[in-house]
Amino acid sequence: MSESTNSVADTSSHEEHHGFAHPMPVWQLLAVFFALVGLTLLTVWQATLDLGSAELWVSLLIATIKASLVILFFMHMIHDKPLNAIVFISAFVFVALFIGFTLMDALQNRDVLEFKEVPPANPPVATSPANVP
Amino acid sequence: MAHELTHDDAHGHDEHGHLPFLAHHFEDPEQQFDAGKFGMWMFLVTEVLFFSGMFCAYALYRSLHPEVWTFASQFLNEILGAFNTIVLLFSSLTMAWAVRCAQKHQRTGLIVCLTLTLACAAIFLGVKAVEYTHKWDIGLLPAGSYVPQFIMANQHHEGISPWLIRLSILPALCVIGFGGWYGWSVMNKRKYAAQIAGPLLITSLCYFLGVGIGIAFQNAEASNHAVEHHAEEHAEGEHQHEEEGHGEDAGYHQENEAGSDHALAASTEEHAPSVAGELLVEENVSLVSTPADRLKAVPITMVDQPGGAGLFFSIYYMMTGIHALHIIGGIIALTWLLVRAVRDDFNELYFGPVDYVGLYWHLVDLIWIYLFPLLYLIT
Repeated sequence: MSESTNSVADTSSHEEHHGFAHPMPVWQLLAVFFALVGLTLLTVWQATLDLGSAELWVSLLIATIKASLVILFFMHMIHDKPLNAIVFISAFVFVALFIGFTLMDALQNRDVLEFKEVPPANPPVATSPANVP
Repeated sequence: MAHELTHDDAHGHDEHGHLPFLAHHFEDPEQQFDAGKFGMWMFLVTEVLFFSGMFCAYALYRSLHPEVWTFASQFLNEILGAFNTIVLLFSSLTMAWAVRCAQKHQRTGLIVCLTLTLACAAIFLGVKAVEYTHKWDIGLLPAGSYVPQFIMANQHHEGISPWLIRLSILPALCVIGFGGWYGWSVMNKRKYAAQIAGPLLITSLCYFLGVGIGIAFQNAEASNHAVEHHAEEHAEGEHQHEEEGHGEDAGYHQENEAGSDHALAASTEEHAPSVAGELLVEENVSLVSTPADRLKAVPITMVDQPGGAGLFFSIYYMMTGIHALHIIGGIIALTWLLVRAVRDDFNELYFGPVDYVGLYWHLVDLIWIYLFPLLYLIT
């Protein structure tokens, strides 16, 4: 125990020149946390408003801001290698493709086929079997 | 200074002798860290894609049947959802702080932060257990077993749910086990064992804290409903409240009573199948308060059935259930970190495992950040 306390005292003075770690400052962690709590309260409050069809997009926007805060600061992406960021962000590109194309297809689907009215080239010949003597 | 590990040490000396944590196929600790971190991000990509399948099912069904979602979402308790969101956000804070402690070689701080993270995870699961078991009691089940809420007699449940007791058996065993282990290690002056058993005991107790908080919120809401109900009975005549509870509060209800009752009575007569009409007795529909205008587009009876709201609950249980499984996985990973933290494995050059588990934990939080508004906050 005493040894670890020692090393805490030793390292706290020169954290920048030391190793490859980027310890997040405490104030930054706390600021991000309180911002996230604020945004949570905001999203709960906006759910009580009647925004119609915009509601889904507003709540998704707030969720995305929260997600960005978590990714950038809690997940240290702001200090991370660009390759890691590209890899992770690319996942969301594929998710967008996946959900986007599925919805595009689903919203075009019809229970009943709709035939377009095409003017007949020749007058139709009535050959219904019932009419044939 | 002498005992401190510096970056130069890794290069300067015989690496493997001095740095027990450095695997022999890596040049130096930084390369080892970067490789692990890249692997972790790749794993998170597969996790995102894995969850995207469920989000796709969500988007598809919601876009095709929005009325089902507005109807079924009201059965979710948004106060509990918001509370759980904040618990998870706080656990993300303590996890990020734990990474900072590991990077600065603060052993005690790391143990405290990991304990807080574990405790939050347990509180989350406790609240979730209350939410789930309450739904199971009243028949809000996946499509095959869904019990229509407005047609069938309301299976209101008093007291503690038997399901909740069953779910709590394992946490209770954990409390007994870790409590015994902690007591034993304190009595025998096993310092390290106590530093592992103590946090785990706190974690298992926090599950029951979560259960208590969940029940308290649920009871508060139930008593709100009871007050509403009481007010209605005083304000109304005998027979009018078949589809009771149109307002969020009693005042609203009294003001709008005449109009909305009329509209609802009409809609019931028009749309309810005859069987449903017979089952609609005065007392059996005391579960939900629904603003009447919310449902004017589609009659309740079309939505309140296994193929409608039941499908919502299939998706709800699948998404939140898989998420809860991830929380349990996180608890196991955090326990492993706790043991290693007690062993003082982490330092300025070797904090990778804490960072990787942290990334995973934040991703689980991230998914909940989307699940909460998408499931609980639909109006």
